[in-house]
Amino acid sequence: MSSAVMLFTVFAVILVLSALGVITARNPVHAALFLVLSFFTGSALWMMLEAEFLAIALVLVYVGAVMVLFLFVVMMLNIDLDRLREGFWKHLPLGASVALLMVVEMILVVSSKQFAKMTTVSNTSGVSNTQELGLLLYNQYVYPFELAAAILLLAIVAAIALTHRRRKDSRYMDPAMQVSVKASERIKIIKMPAEREL
Amino acid sequence: MNFAFSSIAPALPEIVLLISLCLLLLLDLWINDEHRFYTYVLAQLALIATGIAVVNAENGSVVTAFSGMFISDAMARTLNVFSLITMGFVFAYSRLYSQDRGLFKGEFFVLMLFALLGIMIMISANHFLVLYLGLEMLSLAQCALIALQRESKNATEAAMKYFVLSALASGLLLYGLSMLYGATGTLVIPEVANAIAANTIDPAILVFGLVFVVAGIGFKLGAVPFHMWIPDVYEGSPTSVTLFVASVPKIAAFAFIIRLLVGSLGAMVSDWQPMLVIMAVLSIGLGNIVAIAQTNIKRMLAFSTISHMGYLLLGILAGNNIGYAASMFYVASYVIISVAAFGIVLLLSRHGFEGDRLDDFKGLNNRSPWVAFMMLLVMVSMAGIPPSVGFFAKLSVLSAVLDAGYTWLVVYAVIFSLIGAFYYLRIIKLMYMDDPTTDQPLVTEPDHLILIGLNGLVIFVLGIIPQSLIDLCVNAINHSFR
Repeated sequence: MSSAVMLFTVFAVILVLSALGVITARNPVHAALFLVLSFFTGSALWMMLEAEFLAIALVLVYVGAVMVLFLFVVMMLNIDLDRLREGFWKHLPLGASVALLMVVEMILVVSSKQFAKMTTVSNTSGVSNTQELGLLLYNQYVYPFELAAAILLLAIVAAIALTHRRRKDSRYMDPAMQVSVKASERIKIIKMPAEREL
Repeated sequence: MNFAFSSIAPALPEIVLLISLCLLLLLDLWINDEHRFYTYVLAQLALIATGIAVVNAENGSVVTAFSGMFISDAMARTLNVFSLITMGFVFAYSRLYSQDRGLFKGEFFVLMLFALLGIMIMISANHFLVLYLGLEMLSLAQCALIALQRESKNATEAAMKYFVLSALASGLLLYGLSMLYGATGTLVIPEVANAIAANTIDPAILVFGLVFVVAGIGFKLGAVPFHMWIPDVYEGSPTSVTLFVASVPKIAAFAFIIRLLVGSLGAMVSDWQPMLVIMAVLSIGLGNIVAIAQTNIKRMLAFSTISHMGYLLLGILAGNNIGYAASMFYVASYVIISVAAFGIVLLLSRHGFEGDRLDDFKGLNNRSPWVAFMMLLVMVSMAGIPPSVGFFAKLSVLSAVLDAGYTWLVVYAVIFSLIGAFYYLRIIKLMYMDDPTTDQPLVTEPDHLILIGLNGLVIFVLGIIPQSLIDLCVNAINHSFR
């Protein structure tokens, strides 16, 4: 067994086991951490295919941003585990049939004649594919790339205009009002009858 | 790596616009609410700077930039000039109304300029991806503008409807474009045209893609059966935004159709012609009939827009340069008229009062003969009564359709424009023959009145001598498409 096959086996086994962990872990935080692990091993597999840009993007975007956000949400929401598990048996038939359908579809795709025609192309240009992608993105496709950037700016402006302008219920402090407050405004003494004994 | 400015120079107007709107975004931070007028001035200056860049680029030839994704031809330059001028009028008309309703903020102008940038990108797109990005920029900015009046339930509802339907339409359009990409293997518009002309592609795939593309176009244009968003958006959004929605994006929609159907799918004219015939027939019919039942002027003008877009499609479905030029003339004159119509609706509004019911036009002649006369010109033009620019616009599209051999369609369109004349003339009757319900004077500023007057003058003069504008459109189309 060559070292590449060995590495692949190791990563593949970890990937499958951690993916199983995602759906079997009782604690959602553990499930999210298993997902992080499966992303990492997935990116290692991509790295072995010399697709280093995709591998790095997967780690940076999914592990670095999306999953961290996900973990925060899971931790903060304090999800009730037992309620999540309710109806597992009720939904099992539907879930199982969807899964079966996906397996059948995958078999159909992999066993088709078109799939056999696919060949792998090795990178012959001598530069990394990150560089290749960069050159393509900043040369041939620079115009749509810049337009996408402008659309992102527009989205920021639109979001701020729609949510933060003149909002009555947004909480902010006015230092001038804080300073000029009088003692009589801070405390109010009201008379009320003594509480009856129970 | 070499970089030569000449490789991006044709896109100078877009670059100038983007830079100046970013500057506006920054400078607006230092302008407080009392001095917001300066933001308005800066926005107008941005339009002027862009306009100078457009006019300077005028050299009559077709140039591309950004590895063929951007094209600057006679049609693009003419439409850009139209859009910029119209945008200037939109800013001027909406100023007082927006000030009064808390819309007069930096974002209002920045979003409008973003929408204009999207329009200009669509106008000079030479690549499906760029066309789509321009469309998204326009839709996103428009959606935010509609929702800008957050306290208004109607505006939020309109924005929601627009958002959902425009997302659906984008999905349809992208699906169609991906089919065309799958069939032709390219996204560059002239290359798509070449691939289709080579006649080696299975027409079934192409027609399949075409159906979705036409559906996307129908939505953008607001043609029946993709018109549902138009009345709600027109009625729900603040009038200053309706003024925008009803004017400049129509120019973009025209460019969008020309780039897609003529530029890339020109060889499939026999396939898209019947689709456009159906959309045109339905739009002209439904728009003109439903408009009669409306009591809100914004809603009435919305249905009138639907019917006008039907007439616009007539020119395109003729399938030749004469027809495209007629449609271009139609869209140009429609935009001039529509801007004036909403400018007058804005004039009738005052603090805490929306002058958007038909009853608000009662006895306008007694309150302000000048504004009433302008509205008369607008309504006569919209109805297409000679001699008005609207008449010549209808005449040119109808004669193009007649040449294409659709006599029944011409008869149908004429009958429905007669039906449509009813609700336009009703406004004139309300203004001149009914007693006013209020004697409140119109609240306005001199620049608004002067510009309305100028706008009316353009409508009037074009009604007598339309040839200059027609020639402009014919030249633009002939130089761009041979």
